[in-house]
Amino acid sequence: MIKSQNITKIYNPQTVALANVSFEIKEGEFVSIVGRSGAGKTTLLKLILVEEKPTKGRIFFEGEELSKLKPGKLPQLRRKIGAVFQDYKLLASKTTYENVAYVLQVIGASDLEIARDVPKVLEIVGLQDRANNFPAELSAGERQRVSIARALIHRPKVILADEPTGNLDPYNALDIIKLLLKIHDMGTTLILATHNKEIVNSLGKRVITLEKGQIIRDEEKGRFIL
Amino acid sequence: MIITLKRIFRAGWQSFSRDGGIAVATIFILVLAIFLVSTIFLSKDVSQFLIASLQEKADISVYFKEFVLEDDILKIEEKLSQVPGVKNVEYVSGEEAIKRLVEKHPQLIESVQETEGMLKLASLNVNVFEANQYQQVVNFLENSNFKDYIDKVDYYERRPVIERIFSLTSLSSKIGISLSIILIITAILVTFNTIRLAILNSIEETKIQRLVGASNWFIRGPFLVQGAISGLIAILITALIFSFICWFLSPKIEFFFAGLNLFNLFFKNFWILLLIQFATGISLGVISSFIAIRKYLRV
Repeated sequence: MIKSQNITKIYNPQTVALANVSFEIKEGEFVSIVGRSGAGKTTLLKLILVEEKPTKGRIFFEGEELSKLKPGKLPQLRRKIGAVFQDYKLLASKTTYENVAYVLQVIGASDLEIARDVPKVLEIVGLQDRANNFPAELSAGERQRVSIARALIHRPKVILADEPTGNLDPYNALDIIKLLLKIHDMGTTLILATHNKEIVNSLGKRVITLEKGQIIRDEEKGRFIL
Repeated sequence: MIITLKRIFRAGWQSFSRDGGIAVATIFILVLAIFLVSTIFLSKDVSQFLIASLQEKADISVYFKEFVLEDDILKIEEKLSQVPGVKNVEYVSGEEAIKRLVEKHPQLIESVQETEGMLKLASLNVNVFEANQYQQVVNFLENSNFKDYIDKVDYYERRPVIERIFSLTSLSSKIGISLSIILIITAILVTFNTIRLAILNSIEETKIQRLVGASNWFIRGPFLVQGAISGLIAILITALIFSFICWFLSPKIEFFFAGLNLFNLFFKNFWILLLIQFATGISLGVISSFIAIRKYLRV
């Protein structure tokens, strides 16, 4: 599903975020990308979401080379991906319901589908009572759950979760991981970038370890070892 | 397509209604801009009226000898009105001249009676379009076959005043046009800047919209709708304020400048004024938004 061939990302000569990184992620996999802060985890996810372009190398999504994608085609690609960010990236001027519904509006879903699906997903993430609240009125854990609801509402092929537990306390972090596992069990490919050792070790799934922009380990049923 | 358009309009309206402070600031600036453009448009008619009434005062009088019959003067009036550049020729009989003088200066009644003989001379008052055309009129009169009928043409006495009036009116129209252009440019720049700041405020949100797969127009559209709504509301407010000001000031202005009725002028130009306000409001709102989103929201 996602394949990278020797990708390198250099922001400036002193900052090499990724160096010759190659990997392949198959459909339905749950992959944790681990490493210290600055190891290149976020850059890797940004390359998949085409927020950034690689300096060298090629990256493919469903066989399509992302760096050759025309700007007009970007929205279509991003509609196949759900993204969860450490800083939530919610639309501050929209309510919980509207934030989640926005993605369905973007893909052209009917008003009927929106009215049917959004409450269901808000129920899955346990936010049915917070539908009319704005992000500023929610706790950190609740905001992250809105972010997850938004990422899965349109049933994307893959969900990228960049440090989704980074700003949360252990209880909320555990809830979020349980939620991600539930989404994965429904058949969605999941890529989780984190430096939370306990979470990674408890998952028992594939782990790609990055250090100074390079893959130092890629193991099925791996552990957080640095 | 229709569903997308509907959503763009709804999102535009939603942003407008939720961005209270920014929306009010944008409307306020748009009201100022539309008001300015409307005032400039209406002041064009007002200044034309004032210039015309000032230029009417810059006329020359052709006095005829006592023996000349009224019929002959009327024939000369007809010929004179055909001279190129002549705007208006008015016949004033001797009696009429005295009447006008008395009306204008009632305190002069006694001295009028003393100088009755001289004032009874009939005359033709001539107006032209440009100051230099008076010389052509004088040349025409001096070389005509009725030059013996003429007692006096007061052109040479009035020449400095006439030239000053014409240069003053020409200067004031030039200043008026330049000032209008400067004010319109200022209004456009201020409006553009206000809308630009409002859009800059949303840059973070548009980045998020882009990341969740929104297309360019799905992101940009609501800003244009917001601009149009602000423009429409600003037009309504300006039209109301403008009507009230014209209604309120009209009698006061007419008191100073007889014949200049601002309220009538407003209603005479109502539709064209409304069109100008629409063009200014909507175009300023939408075009400013369009330029700003093209520049700052590269999506």
